[in-house]
Amino acid sequence: MSNIKIEIRQEDVSKIKEICASYNRDPQELINILHACQEHFGYLPAEVQEVISAETGIPVAKIYGVVTFYSFFSMTPKGKHPISICMGTACYVRGAERVLEEFKKELKLQVGQTTPDGKFSLSSLRCVGACGLAPVVLIGDKTYGRVAPDDVKKILKEYE
Amino acid sequence: MHILVCGGTGCQSSQSDAILSNLRDEIEAKGLSDKVQVILTGCFGFCEKGPIVKIIPDNTFYTQVKPEDAQIIVEEHIIKGRKVDRLLYRNPETKDAVGDSKHMGFFKKQLRIVLRNCGFIDPENIDEYIARDGYMALGKVISEMTPQQVIQEIKDSGQRGRGGAGFPTGLKWEIASKNKSDEKYVVCNADEGDPGAFMDRSVLEGDPHSVLEAMAICGYAIGASQGLIYIRAEYPLAIHRLKIAIDQAREYGLLGNNIFGSDFSFDIKLRYGAGAFVCGEETALIHSMEGLRGEPTIKPPFPAESGFKGKPTNVNNVETLAAIPIIILKGANWYNKIGTEKSKGTKVFALAGKINNVGLIEVPMGTTLREIIFEIGGGIRDGKKFKAVQTGGPSGGCLMEKHLDTPIDFDNLVAAGSMMGSGGMIVMDEDNCMVSVAKFFLEFTVEESCGKCAPCRIGNKRLYELLNQITEGKGSMEDLDRLRNMSVVIKDSALCGLGQTSPNPVLSTLDNFMDEYVAHVKDKKCPAGKCKNLMEYYIIPENCVGCTACARVCPVNAIAGERKEVHQINHDVCIKCGACKDKCKFDAIIIR
Ligand SMILES: Cc1cc2nc3c(=O)[nH]c(=O)nc-3n(C[C@H](O)[C@H](O)[C@H](O)COP(=O)(O)O)c2cc1C
Ligand code: SF4
Ligand code: SF4
Ligand code: SF4
Ligand code: FES
Ligand code: FES
Repeated sequence: MSNIKIEIRQEDVSKIKEICASYNRDPQELINILHACQEHFGYLPAEVQEVISAETGIPVAKIYGVVTFYSFFSMTPKGKHPISICMGTACYVRGAERVLEEFKKELKLQVGQTTPDGKFSLSSLRCVGACGLAPVVLIGDKTYGRVAPDDVKKILKEYE
Repeated sequence: MHILVCGGTGCQSSQSDAILSNLRDEIEAKGLSDKVQVILTGCFGFCEKGPIVKIIPDNTFYTQVKPEDAQIIVEEHIIKGRKVDRLLYRNPETKDAVGDSKHMGFFKKQLRIVLRNCGFIDPENIDEYIARDGYMALGKVISEMTPQQVIQEIKDSGQRGRGGAGFPTGLKWEIASKNKSDEKYVVCNADEGDPGAFMDRSVLEGDPHSVLEAMAICGYAIGASQGLIYIRAEYPLAIHRLKIAIDQAREYGLLGNNIFGSDFSFDIKLRYGAGAFVCGEETALIHSMEGLRGEPTIKPPFPAESGFKGKPTNVNNVETLAAIPIIILKGANWYNKIGTEKSKGTKVFALAGKINNVGLIEVPMGTTLREIIFEIGGGIRDGKKFKAVQTGGPSGGCLMEKHLDTPIDFDNLVAAGSMMGSGGMIVMDEDNCMVSVAKFFLEFTVEESCGKCAPCRIGNKRLYELLNQITEGKGSMEDLDRLRNMSVVIKDSALCGLGQTSPNPVLSTLDNFMDEYVAHVKDKKCPAGKCKNLMEYYIIPENCVGCTACARVCPVNAIAGERKEVHQINHDVCIKCGACKDKCKFDAIIIR
C-alpha cells in the first residue's frame, strides 16, 4: 500500500532540488525539507524521498524511517477534499466518536483511506485548538464546529 | 476608541476575518478612520461564544458576532453610543445582558500575567507590544544586570516550568550557564502535544513577542546566541505570526547582532514538528530538531549538559517563557507573592469538555477546581451533573467531586493522583464513561509510543486490550488487579516520561471510579450508557404512541409494530446505532 510507484517528472525533480538547496542540503534540516516537499506534492512517495536522499546524502532508509515516524507525513495521496475529524480529548468527550462513525458510514471508508474516485479521504487528528467548537471537523481548509452526527450528510452535500 | 476583533483559531474558524474587514469598511465609509481603530487580536479566552468583538474603553463584550453585524455595531454603538443589546454577553442564570466585561463571572477570578497582552494587542504589530512595555525587560537585563543577577532574579521568583514537570526555571538556567561551551542554545518547546489543550498556541498567536523577548533574556543569562522554537506543524496561524514577529524584531534590532548596542547577539529560528506527541519530551525534541526520528534518550545527560548538536541547551515551555519579561520588570518579590508556597505565579488552563464556558483561563496557583469549573467555567452544560475533571492530559488523571476544593498547584495535584501537565482541563459529566475515558487515553498512548522500550510498547498495548475487554463486557475482577499491577510495572520501568506517566489515567480512574469498573465487570452494565456492547435500546410501552418514526429510521429494520400500537425492538438485530432514540419525540426509547 505504501509504495505506490509514480512517474516523477523532470520539473518535479528540479523542484525538490530547489527545496533542498534552500535549506543548504543540510541533513539537520530534513524535517523542514520534508514539510516543504509534502506541501508541494501533497504527499511523499518513495521517488521523492530518493531525490532528497541524493541531494542531502542521507540514506534512503533513514529518510523512510523519519517519514514513517511522524504522522504528519504521508506516503499516499490524500483525497481532493481531505476530511479530518478531531479526536482530541475535548472533542472526544463531546461525542466526536459518533461523528467519525457517521463519516465512515456515509463514505464507506476507514480512517486512512481515500474514496476510489479520489474525492474524499478520511483521517483523525488530535486537537486543532478550536476546542470551544467541539466536536470539530476539518475539510480541506474549512473548519466545521459543533458537528452532530446528523449534520454529516448535509456537510458532505456541499462537496457534491 | 478601539474595536478589537478576536483573531484566535477558534474565532477565525467562525469567520472573524470577515467581521474584521466589514468593520473596517464600515468605519471607513462613515469617515471615522482617524477616530476609531479596528484591531485584530489574539484569543480572549472566551472561545465558546466566539466570534468575539470587544470595544474599549467601555469594555463592551459582544459574543457570537456575525459578519453582517458590523453595520449595526458601527451605526449604533460607535456613532450613537448605544450598546447593541442582542449581541451582549448574557448571564446564563439571570439572562441579563452584561454591559462591561469586568462583570462577567468568566473574567472575575482570573489574573492575567502570561495572557496579559492576549486580546489587547495586534500580535502582528511590534509597536503595540512595545507600547505595553515590550522589550523593556530585555533592555533592562542587557544594560543593568549581569547574567548572574538575571538568574538570581528568576530563582528568587520561585517560577517553575509550565511544560509539565514543574522544574525550577532559575535553577535550570543556572545549570546551563555553568556548563562551559563555545556554543549554547535556547529552545522554546511549542510542541503542545496534549490533545485538547491550546494554551501555548494562544500565547504564540496572541503575543508572540513575549516569547521572543524571553528567549533573548534567557540567551543573555546562560550565554547563548542562538534560539530555536520547535513548533507543531498543525499550528499554521501561530507559525505565521511567529515569522512576522521574528522579522519585525530583527528590523528593530531587538534580535540579531549587538542588541541595544551591546556586545550581546541573539537570533531565533523555527523548527517544525511533524505530529509525534513524544517529540514534546525534551530529548526527543532535540533529536527531531536534528532531522532524526524523535526518540527519547536516557537522561542524564540532560540537555543542559549535552543537547542540540551536543551543546548545552536550555529547553523551556512557551508559557514558562511568556512570564519572564514581566518577572524581570516587576521583580521577583512581586511574582513570588502570587500563588502557593511551592508553586508561584499563575497557571493558564484550557478549559474544555462538558462545561458552559469553554475557553482559555489564567488563575493564581492555589485557586480551587470548584472555582474554576463552577465560577469561571459557569458550571456543567445542560444542567447535567459534574462527574470528573481530567488534568494533565494523557499523563494525568481524573479527579472527582471530593477533590473539587483542593487548591491547585503542582504538588497538590500529584498528591490527588493527577498532575498539572501542560494545563489541559477537561470536564466530564454523568454521560461520560470513565472506563472509556481511560481507554481513550491508552489508545492515544499506544498510537504515540515511539516503540523504543518494551514496557511502554507492549505494556500499554496490553492495558489497552484489557480496558477494551472490559468495555465489551468481557472483563473479570482479576482483570482489574491485572490493570493495576501492570500499570505500576510500566511506570517503574519505562524509559521516558511518556511511558512513565501513561498508566496514570488508568490508575486514577481505578482509584476514583472503581464502582464504575465493577459495574462493567460484574453487572455487565455501563452506568453512563456509553459502552455499546453493554447497553440495550428499549421502548417504554407506556410512552410509545406508535408513530412509527423509529421503525422508519432504523437502518437494520430491527423495530416492529403496527401504526398507533406499541413498537418493539428486536435485540438480536439491533446494532445500537441510536438513531431511533434521537428520532422519538415521546421519550419512549431509553438505554438500559
Ligand atoms: C511525553 C512527553 C511530552 C511532553 N510534551 C511537552 C509539550 O508538548 N510541551 C512542553 O512544553 N513540554 C512537554 N514535555 C516536557 C518537556 O520534556 C520539558 O520538561 C519541558 O519542555 C521543559 O520546559 P519547562 O521547564 O519550561 O517546563 C513533555 C514531556 C514528556 C515526557
Ligand atoms: S517510554 Fe514509550 S515513548 Fe518513551 S522511550 Fe519508551 S517506548 Fe518510547
Ligand atoms: S418513535 Fe417513539 S413513539 Fe414513535 S413508535 Fe417509536 S418508540 Fe413509539
Ligand atoms: S438502535 Fe439503531 S439498530 Fe437498534 S433499533 Fe434503534 S435504530 Fe434500530
Ligand atoms: S480537542 Fe478537538 S479542537 Fe481541541
Ligand atoms: S479564539 Fe476567539 S476567544 Fe478564543
